[in-house]
Amino acid sequence: MSAKPKLIQRYTSSDRVNHGLLALSFILVAMSGMAFFHPSLYWLSAFFGGGEWARVLHPLLGVAMFVFFFIAMVKYWKHNLLTGNDFKWLGRLGDVMKNREENLPPIGKYNPGQKLLFWTLVVTMILLLLTGIALWQPWFAPLFPIGVVRAAAVIHVISAVVLLLGMIVHIYSAIFWIKGSTRAMLRGTVTETWARKHHPLWYEEMTSGQKK
Amino acid sequence: MSSLQSLDITARSATNRTPPSIREEVEVAKLIDISKCIGCKACQVACAEWNDLREEIGTNVGVYDNPLDLTPSTWTLMRFAEVEPEEYEFEWLIRKDGCMHCADPGCLKACPAPGAIVQYANGIVDFVSEHCIGCGYCIAGCPFDIPRISPKDNRAYKCTLCSDRVAVGMEPACVKVCPTGCITFGSKEDMKKHADGRIADLNSRGYDQAGLYDPQGVGGTHVMYVLQHADQPELYQGLPKDPKISAAVDFWKGLAKPFSLALLGIASLGAFVHYFAVGPNDAEEDEDEDDKTRSAAATDKED
Repeated sequence: MSAKPKLIQRYTSSDRVNHGLLALSFILVAMSGMAFFHPSLYWLSAFFGGGEWARVLHPLLGVAMFVFFFIAMVKYWKHNLLTGNDFKWLGRLGDVMKNREENLPPIGKYNPGQKLLFWTLVVTMILLLLTGIALWQPWFAPLFPIGVVRAAAVIHVISAVVLLLGMIVHIYSAIFWIKGSTRAMLRGTVTETWARKHHPLWYEEMTSGQKK
Repeated sequence: MSSLQSLDITARSATNRTPPSIREEVEVAKLIDISKCIGCKACQVACAEWNDLREEIGTNVGVYDNPLDLTPSTWTLMRFAEVEPEEYEFEWLIRKDGCMHCADPGCLKACPAPGAIVQYANGIVDFVSEHCIGCGYCIAGCPFDIPRISPKDNRAYKCTLCSDRVAVGMEPACVKVCPTGCITFGSKEDMKKHADGRIADLNSRGYDQAGLYDPQGVGGTHVMYVLQHADQPELYQGLPKDPKISAAVDFWKGLAKPFSLALLGIASLGAFVHYFAVGPNDAEEDEDEDDKTRSAAATDKED
């Protein structure tokens, strides 16, 4: 490797700022939420100034997370519609797991794993927001019948666990598994080699000089 | 209400291990004999006096209930019901409402703050306000709709069964003051015996369905009622017939906790194993290898 690798812009600075804020609010909201979820994790509330402050901040951070996610959702939903190729890709998860791209159908800007994660986030974020409102003391919880509050608590927990599972996959894939992805989120660019290997259709689109 | 250490703690909210205690204590109970109650509200006043609670002055809306509902500073409340248990029969049933001090307390189960709710070895369930975070989960956990969150400090309050008095060998304030002897306090066993006598008496007076309200769905309670119509507790301003911790709360605070942590642990472990078994997917490295193989192939040809 002598020459500098050629780079392609994947995310604008506003994309990156929004993703960074989304990630930060997610980490804080997850930490405070886990503190209430299991006694063994109550110590996480110390990062917020104790249990009472964690209780005060958790819903506010949650709303912030939802707002940042909403911006991302509006921006990216079109790229995340599933196509015919995607189902073939999902049928060959074994090859996906074993890094055998050569056996997979060509992928556009996002692969089906990313798309499914996107829709998982859409569903869980909306559920978390709605059920979170029904649990929000002291402002909104007293307005709801007790049966609704109890159901909200259960749905809130299930959604949160699904979201956390999604995040484990997302964070592992982006930081550890698919090398070069972190660069896209931190600096906005990826190498041509990376694009050709992981998102060939998107690469063609970007290099054919038609679309931006 | 306070962290009284003169009573041994058997259950503590949001705590994985059992609190230490090697002593055995007698379970206490308060027995409220509704057939003897005259609705004088002396108990309500005594509760406010002893606990130094002052309810805001409200508005009379034409019923005896005052205030209309339990509040953060009304821990016990006389509820008046005019009912017709049978046709051409009229009864005025007056129930003293307040915390039932369940053997299996839903509030304690739902509470996420360690030590904010405790159950003493004598059965009293107490809120320790200094640890309360004001999340309101105790409200969702309670099958009797008892705890209330105060707008003053965003913390939950309810009847303590005068744990501070009981700790020093006195009976609760409401018991002390009751002019008809309708409220009695002692060991749960004694209170059950006392109730048996009262029920026999009521039976002899034509109340065939008289009985003790000690609902087993919450493991029994440490506040019990003698009801003239024990077959229809709903007559008494909606006393639940078979109170239980809601299935939703049971799942949320039971199975969901270890199951979710296990799931998250397995997912993280899966990622860990994948990294070492398969390894990262590095586009640049593959490119290099491609170059190498290509040049190797080229050299082969040259040879």
